[in-house]
Formats: sequence, C-alpha cells, structure tokens
Amino acid sequence: MAITFEQVNFSYGAGTTLANPILHDINITIADHQVTAIIGQTGSGKSTLIQHLNGLLKPTTGQVTVDDLIVTNATKEKQLTKLRAKVGMVFQFPENQLFANTVLEDVMYGPLNFGYQTDEAKQSAQSALKMVNVAENLWQNSPFELSGGQMRRVAMAGALASNPDIVVMDEPAAGLDPKGQAELLELVANLRQSGKLVVFISHQMDHVVSVADQVIVMQDGHVAVQGTPADVFNRDIDWFKSVNLDLPRAGQFAEQLRANGVSLSRRPLTLTELATMLNEEHKHE
Amino acid sequence: MNNIMIGRFVPGSSWVHRLDPRTKMIVTFVFIFVMLFASSWATYALSAAFVILAIRLTQQPFKLYWDGLKPIFWLILFTVVLQLFLTPGTPVVFHVGPLQVTWPGILNAIYVMIRFTLIILMSTIMTLSTPPTSIANALESLLAPLNKIHVPVAELALMLSIALRFVPLLMDETQKIMNAQKSRGMSFSTGGPIKRARAIVPLLIPLFVGALQRALDLANAMEIRGFKDAASRTKYRVLLYGRQDVVAFIGTLIFVLIFIGIKISGV
Repeated sequence: MAITFEQVNFSYGAGTTLANPILHDINITIADHQVTAIIGQTGSGKSTLIQHLNGLLKPTTGQVTVDDLIVTNATKEKQLTKLRAKVGMVFQFPENQLFANTVLEDVMYGPLNFGYQTDEAKQSAQSALKMVNVAENLWQNSPFELSGGQMRRVAMAGALASNPDIVVMDEPAAGLDPKGQAELLELVANLRQSGKLVVFISHQMDHVVSVADQVIVMQDGHVAVQGTPADVFNRDIDWFKSVNLDLPRAGQFAEQLRANGVSLSRRPLTLTELATMLNEEHKHE
Repeated sequence: MNNIMIGRFVPGSSWVHRLDPRTKMIVTFVFIFVMLFASSWATYALSAAFVILAIRLTQQPFKLYWDGLKPIFWLILFTVVLQLFLTPGTPVVFHVGPLQVTWPGILNAIYVMIRFTLIILMSTIMTLSTPPTSIANALESLLAPLNKIHVPVAELALMLSIALRFVPLLMDETQKIMNAQKSRGMSFSTGGPIKRARAIVPLLIPLFVGALQRALDLANAMEIRGFKDAASRTKYRVLLYGRQDVVAFIGTLIFVLIFIGIKISGV
C-alpha cells in the first residue's frame, strides 16, 4: 500500500499560454503503516502534491503509484473511483463540504458512492462518527446546526467512513481549539495503530514531531528534504531560516540555551526529550 | 475551470490596458452596434482589420483570444447551422430531406460566423484589458445621467462590482467542493439523467451555504467600516480621459466613417 512519485511534474493549464508550473521533478516514497507529515511555507506546493494522492490532479508528466494503481496523465476519470475508495481525503476546512439533511446521511454519502449497501454504509458511518467523537444525540441533527468544531469532525468522519487504507489531511488542525488539536493528534495516532497510512500537511512543528514517522519538506515545488523528524529537525538552523520554517518548541528552546552557552549534543524534538537531555548532559552544573 | 477566458482580466500595461475603461466600453458598444449593419465582404474585412489592430495593441498573444473563443464554439456552430438550413432563396445548392441549403444561406452562415467571432473578440479585448472593478466604475460613470430619473446607479454599480469580484471566489469554491465530493466518490459521468442531476445536489448546497455566509460576512465588514450608501462614496481611482482616449475615439470615428462610406457606395 505504499505510495511512490516518479519524476512527477505538474502545471496548471499545461499546454496553454497561461501554463503555471507548480511541482518539479518529485521523487518520493511514502511508506505504508506510517504517518508522513508534509511541511513547507505557503505556496510551496503541498496541497497540489496531496491532490495527486487520489487522482484529483494527474501528473503532467511522470507517474504516481498508490498500491497497485498507477496514475499518469493519460489515466481516465472512471479508473480513479477505485483509487478514491482507498484514499480518504480531508481538505482544509472540510466543514464546507457538508450538504445532507442529517449528520448520519452526510457521513453515509461516501460509502454509498463506493458501493456499500445502505445498512453497511450506516454501520460504517456510525463507527466513523464514534472515531471522531461526535456524540450520538447529534447524529439526526442537521449538520448546519452544529458548531464549527463539530462540523469539522463530521466532515472528517465523512472521509473515514468508507474505511480507506490511506488517510490524507490538509492542515486538519487549522482553526481548532487546543482540545480539538489534542484530539486530532490522538485520532492520527489511532489511525496509525490500526495500520493505516496517514499523510498530513501541517504548519505546527510540535504536531509534526509528536505523531510523524517521516517528514517531507517542500520548497518552491521541489522536495527539499525527506527524512525522519530527528534527521530533519537536526539540520542547520540557517537552513530552517532559508526554507522559512520554525523548529518545534523544544528545538527553539534548545537554540536559545545554546545562544546562552548551554549546548546539547543534538536538538531535542519534544519538551520531555529536552528535559531528559538537560538532566543527563548538564546534571552537575 | 482554469481555461475559461470569457470575462477574464489579464494584467498588462499595453496601450489598450491604459485606456480609460469608459473609452473601451464606448468603443466596444459602438463596434457591436456597427457590426449589426455589416452586410458585405468589404465591411467585414474592415471590421476584422479593426479588431486585429485592437488585438495587436493589447500586446497579448493571439492564442489567448483563440482559447477565449473555444468555449462558445458550439454556440457559433449552432447559429451557423441554423442560418445554413433556414435561409430561403435561390439558387438552391443541395437538399437534405425537407431542408434545403441555398447560396444566400451559405453566405449568411459565413457572415454570421464572422460577425459572432468579431463581436466576441472585441468584448474579450475589453474584459481582458480592464479589471472588473474598472468596468463597474465605467458603467457607473456612463449611466450617471440616469440618476436624474432616480435610478440608483451607484448602488447598481457597486452590486455589479461585488458580483464580479465574487465570480473567481465562487469558481475556486466550486472547485474545492467538487474535489471534496469527488474524493467521497461523487461522479457526474455514471447513471441515468436523474441520477446525474441528483449528483449536483452535494455540490450546490455547500456552494449556496458558503455564498450566503460570505455575503453576510461582507455585509458586516462593510458596515463596521462605515458603509451607508454607495452614492455618497468617493472613488480611489478617478476616471480621467487622456490623450490616448482621444486617439482611440478618433480611430473609432474613422472606422465608422469608412464603414458608412462603404455602405453608401454599395461595395
């Protein structure tokens, strides 16, 4: 179920006078059963990249392989349904996609499209709603009566209900309150535990280090770096400035310490790690 | 979504871009009006020359205009076919069942095609070289005399400019919602006509909800910044006719005079 990109280039309006190249020579492999975070400044091509994961965009040249399905520029729209059943996609502000009369009906929309029987669809919609903590007494309400945070969860359930092997989320934490953010990270961890491949875009480095196994850094439509969080976040501080990215809080703290004469053997990723390292390396000062 | 050229503004600093929007609007309307009287090869050739000159002056590639014509290709084809089969006269060139194609019919069809193409190219020149807000301002300025008979011109122009401003936003929004529903397995290309029509519902409802929400947000944003009515607002960009506008008007006048000359001499 791994995902590979081979020499993928993408332009909007390819072949017209207004062709706008976005992605350049992308070669990546996203491993199965892992959480991969995609980071990079606004306009670096992150959202364009993830829209290739379920064929919403097709590469202008090159190919994307998801499990045994290959997507190239010549792939027909009809062949993509199978791919879309495998990939649950949660867009930025997914609450804008809600349309049905009730919460449950809205979540059932995906499974029904992918050929589930009504009662199967209902069951999987219910378990998806439980997974994202939407209380049962809201299931028959109109989705438009819910609060913003609840709408977000319902929309996420909508993407998870068809039980995809791959879950892709574009800035899922944007605009959530701290509790909502913590629950989101827990959801990602649970999805990973149940063997799914998760890809998410984030601007919050603390989220990245807390759940991601792999990090892909995008810059100007190129993949700048791919590696584990420990690799990526131990790069030179000037490099981070050059790609306009922050360090996680623990890393920022360590940099401040270093500027004030307390150096550590490597950059810690989490506050726990920072505390442990300080304890071990500077115990007798 | 990305290749619709009708009404799209392409930024630039060409001679046409720098014209006063009112000039462009008046010239375009004059041209369309004149085209209604075109009836011979000479008049069509003259009009085509005028359009080609205007296109050159926008300093945009011809391909851009060609792309702009593509979406309405079927509309042109439809009118051409109508003209081809429904123009009576002699000599008859050939029959297709009860329909007959006459020589005047063929001529008419070609004329209509050229007329259609030229009118659309001319309007494309205007919209391509003028930002939507300038078009609304020009309209407001040109319709100002109607204020005397209590037509709320300023309000109408503001509504128009807001509507135009929302077009790209709503197109973006449509694309986003379409992507979201496609990811959930929405398909327009399977099933019978009823099933296909029903497939639009998950697209339309979020679009309407979003548009209403946006409208409310905009109304609030305008009110907290002190908006009362459109008429008493001043403009950041004051429209002023310049030397190039005089040149454009004189050029158009010459075009119209030659056109009338050709019509009178009956070429």
